[in-house]
Amino acid sequence: MRRKLLPLLALVGAWAAGIALLRRTTGGRRERVDLYFEDGSMQSLSNGAPEAARLLPLARAALTAARDG
Amino acid sequence: MTAEQALADLTEISSQVAAAALFDAKGKVAASTLADGEPFVRAVQDLLAAAAEARQGSLNQLEASTLAGSLFVVRDGDSYIAATTGPEPTVALVFYDLKTALRAATAEASEKKAAPRRRTPKKKPEGDGDAA
Repeated sequence: MRRKLLPLLALVGAWAAGIALLRRTTGGRRERVDLYFEDGSMQSLSNGAPEAARLLPLARAALTAARDG
Repeated sequence: MTAEQALADLTEISSQVAAAALFDAKGKVAASTLADGEPFVRAVQDLLAAAAEARQGSLNQLEASTLAGSLFVVRDGDSYIAATTGPEPTVALVFYDLKTALRAATAEASEKKAAPRRRTPKKKPEGDGDAA
């Protein structure tokens, strides 16, 4: 019985590790724009916010321009 | 230190910085690590304009983090520095290096402005000092 369970447990372990790795490499990195103002305040616009939806494509365009330049 | 020297120091010190440009509020490129820095600066200015519309207030710094990499902008008066890095940079360190480079470049520019003009010595009236 134990011998039969061992491959199953290994499979479940590998699946969990795979999910954790995937989250760490992609899901954990959220796209965002952080704005810092002269008065010391800061505003973080995460992907999904309407302002971020406008700013992130412009940031990507700048990154592309730098890569192509 | 000239703007070119400031950028050369920046890329030497910070291994995270992939590309950088120094420019003014009008978009005039003072120095760039790119062969043609103008398209990059134009794109950064578009982003700054959109960011200014997003919230009122004087924007000092900006960091845009994307899956492809990050974009940093630092302002000091009318002078700007923009730089790109790979994904997940050490944000505080990059900002520190950019501020140092911008300060070095603007210090040189303001020194040039503040440097007094060399005065031409007044001509002594003829016969002055001969009387003794």
